Amino acid sequence: MSTPTIPQRSWAQRYHVKGIGWTVLLLVLLVASAQMTGVNVGMFFSNLGQFTNLLVRMSNPAWDYTTVIIQPLLETIQMAILGTTIGAAFAIPFAVLSASNLIHNRWLRGLTRLFLDLVRTLPDLLLAAIFVAIFGIGSTAGVITLAIFSFGMVSKLFYEVIETIDMGPLEALESVGATKITIIWYAVLPQILNQFISYFLYTLEINVRASTVLGYLGAGGIGVFLQRSLNEFNYNQTAVIILATLVVVLVIDGVSNHLRRVLL
Amino acid sequence: MQTTIMPPSRQHSLWRRWSWLLWVLLIGIIYFWTINGLKFSGFQESAASVSKSILHGLVHPTWSYVYDGSGEDLVSLILQTLAIAFLGTIVSALISVPFAFWAARGPKEHYFLRSGSGKVVLTLIRTFPEIVLAIMFIKAVGPGSYAGVLAVSVHSVGMLGKLFGEAIENMDRGSEEAITSAGGRSGQVFALATVPTIMPEFLSYTLYRFEIAVRSASILGMVGAGGIGTPLIFAIQTRDWSKVGIILLGIVVMVLLIDSLSEQLRKRLI
Repeated sequence: MSTPTIPQRSWAQRYHVKGIGWTVLLLVLLVASAQMTGVNVGMFFSNLGQFTNLLVRMSNPAWDYTTVIIQPLLETIQMAILGTTIGAAFAIPFAVLSASNLIHNRWLRGLTRLFLDLVRTLPDLLLAAIFVAIFGIGSTAGVITLAIFSFGMVSKLFYEVIETIDMGPLEALESVGATKITIIWYAVLPQILNQFISYFLYTLEINVRASTVLGYLGAGGIGVFLQRSLNEFNYNQTAVIILATLVVVLVIDGVSNHLRRVLL
Repeated sequence: MQTTIMPPSRQHSLWRRWSWLLWVLLIGIIYFWTINGLKFSGFQESAASVSKSILHGLVHPTWSYVYDGSGEDLVSLILQTLAIAFLGTIVSALISVPFAFWAARGPKEHYFLRSGSGKVVLTLIRTFPEIVLAIMFIKAVGPGSYAGVLAVSVHSVGMLGKLFGEAIENMDRGSEEAITSAGGRSGQVFALATVPTIMPEFLSYTLYRFEIAVRSASILGMVGAGGIGTPLIFAIQTRDWSKVGIILLGIVVMVLLIDSLSEQLRKRLI
């Protein structure tokens, strides 16, 4: 009988080479980024007076401003609803095209996914800046921005839902010779409809949040007033806008969360 | 054996049969309100020509802008954007840890006063627009990437605190119990059981948040908080579409690279 051997730790394990390596890398990156961004901790604390002054001025909101911002707040919600709807409508065919269980052509699927990945890389405010340049200042630019932004997001969520469906009903319909459209209508749609609506509402929540700042670049909604109050140093109005936005976001989140729980 | 099946009550079936009509009506009203409420400014006359020049600019980007050694070129500003996102994410991950323990519901907590208040605070932080934060920090420390770092670090706490807190709520308590039953003090339980259990999840969420921070750092410059956003908004305002094209290309490549890198790292973590 051989004597049991004690497992030997390798040189790299004994001296924690991997852990130390990662730590050093992290520290080097931290120092490099601190230098590149000119971070100066002392400056923040020496200027803290200005910052607290700002917070103090924001802490007594100008409540009579509320009546002014109700209309733009509603416009913000309308922009979000319309943008999400348009985006989701365009997302459905692209989601079908990039689902691996429906489309067996690897090239078509890969190309669609690449396109969707590219759309998703663009931040919302960047899109807003470009569409304001194209369509002019107003809510049209905001709606189109939100439509493209939610198109990228919804299409990914949708095709991931489609890929998880039960293939049984599809095969049943296929075996009796149904066309592709019939299969999608009778076998795919009933399985995914509830999750689609749930993700639609989730995107709507995100879009309501996003649409509140789009106006900062001129794309309509409450953001226009946000920018105005900040430019005119009326921080008590800014506070009202932020609080009102918070209420709207919380209400929309609450409604959408409730509906999603009912659906799933 | 015969079972009698009671027919469902009439009212119930009526409601079942016709409730969809109510939904259709409600959705119809919402969309009517939406479409009527928005004023379509219509297309500007210049819309077509502007889109054409944007497309032309995207196809013919100003390649000379990529690197000219002045420190104001695309590569340096993209690196600066990454630095803002990186520093902001690390700082916010550190701030988020105490917030997460505040907002996480403990296994024996019954009243949720502590965790509930923590969740409310995190929601407030999450809803406060990042751009407004950036503008406030610009007033405090002046325009530049430092303000961007501060804005990212504060804003990310809202999401990271929530994700970390959920990770703590759902974590496996087995190793904690093992250390406790072996006589470990609460400090030892924390260091030897809690931290090793949740560390991979925390790191994974931090990486995920870094992906988001890269996107927001690239637009914070539009309000003056450093990074690639500043030359982008200038280029858009001066209608220098070739420059917009090269900056857009730079952002797309940067985001794609960071996303795939972070995805690789996250796959190795979990």
